[in-house]
Amino acid sequence: MPKMLRNVLKNLFSPPATVKYPYEKPEPVPGTRGRVTFDMARCDLCQDCERICPSGAITVYPDEKRIEYDPFRCIYCHLCVDNCMQKAITGEEVVRAPEYEKAKDVFED
Amino acid sequence: MSDQKTVKEFTVFPFGPQHPVLPEPLQLTFTIDEEEIVDVVPNLGYVHRGIERACELNDYKRNIYLCERICGICNYMHSMAYCEAIEKITDAEVPTRAKYLRTVWSELARLQSHLLWLGLFADGMGFESLFMQIWRDREIVLELTEKTAGHRIHLSTNLIGGVRKDMDEKLIGAYHEGMTELKARMDDVAPVFYRDRSVQERCVGKGILPKSEAVHLGAVGPTVRGSGIPQDMRKLGYEAYGELDFEPVTYDGEDTYARTLVRFDEVYQSIDIINRALDQMPEGPIINKNTTFPDGIAINRVEQPRGEVFYYVVGNGKIHLERCRVRTPTLANIPALLTMLVGHEVADIPPIVLSIDPCISCTERFTYVKEGE
Repeated sequence: MPKMLRNVLKNLFSPPATVKYPYEKPEPVPGTRGRVTFDMARCDLCQDCERICPSGAITVYPDEKRIEYDPFRCIYCHLCVDNCMQKAITGEEVVRAPEYEKAKDVFED
Repeated sequence: MSDQKTVKEFTVFPFGPQHPVLPEPLQLTFTIDEEEIVDVVPNLGYVHRGIERACELNDYKRNIYLCERICGICNYMHSMAYCEAIEKITDAEVPTRAKYLRTVWSELARLQSHLLWLGLFADGMGFESLFMQIWRDREIVLELTEKTAGHRIHLSTNLIGGVRKDMDEKLIGAYHEGMTELKARMDDVAPVFYRDRSVQERCVGKGILPKSEAVHLGAVGPTVRGSGIPQDMRKLGYEAYGELDFEPVTYDGEDTYARTLVRFDEVYQSIDIINRALDQMPEGPIINKNTTFPDGIAINRVEQPRGEVFYYVVGNGKIHLERCRVRTPTLANIPALLTMLVGHEVADIPPIVLSIDPCISCTERFTYVKEGE
């Protein structure tokens, strides 16, 4: 009982364990697998990312020098980021915001 | 008149597929006599996703991420079990450091799952403050997972022939600190599980699974260890478990309380294994990639938080697999669950059903379609 009371008092005066999310945003942990963006200036259109993507979220059109990336298919494993030879794919630490419409991201040279 | 007296009236009522104690859809149809359960019929098939067929259509490397999504809670063990099965039929040799890393992460996944279950079980009994406290302690494990690979639940660090991420000294230090803190927090909660009267009254003597029945029905994991049988797939010595000395936790109670204590003690065991594995971990490479396609038949068994998972993989020397069969622990535990329920009261159904830690989405590997429906 005294132990329980101590816990109750501690919980009464300590800040909540949760974060009030929309009002205060927590700092992203280093190494968070977040948004994926493509730098077309560095990309050599080798299609490695398209071959390695487990969910088929990336489509490369070498003739048109265009990459289509579907954020709704992406599982954020960052295999493409690790495997890009030209370091053209950047994995950010910020998680992508939700969207109303299912649209693909198009990156063109 | 005499004929009417011999006819006994039973009530039949459905439990699920939508029920507050079940996070996932499982239907149990109970036949009850007043308050006593006479018969139970399970009905599965609400969340069938066709993952085995998808495994045959995908190439074998993409399947790692597909198998990881068979179960949300034991995701790391599914991808590890799949990778091990493929490693048996290719020329991939896993480096020692990668083996230790896999051991550490699979114990981390076990901690996460057991803490989740202990909280859910407290919630199922109506012990809300215990539920809140355990889930707050679980944050330590989730934060370590996030620091390791960037996501709170899905590690996604397995590859065929090794792992993707390495751990530096700073992260190993964070692991040791986290384990010390988690152990202190668990010591706070321990008297509730070992001595509290309200927990014992809901659990002791409920959901009896005798030792002989547990063997006969093929139960696995903490369900069978709660009946006093030291069956643990980690003793097969896969990954680095062969070099880490430990004994499976068993209790002889044969009831829901014994199964709860098995899981609670395994939290301490996992903390101990993580600490020792991190101390023993050698330096070296973390991946040796394979150069051949999978060719042959492989069978692999891995101990998950809920019990033994079984992988059967057939490759034919091409990029696609011929067959990938998965049997998850909940499927093996359902016959045991039906035995446990008979003879108990309706109010005891939630703790007994939760005591096998049901994970229905993992279980549903096939659906049975009747002709004409």
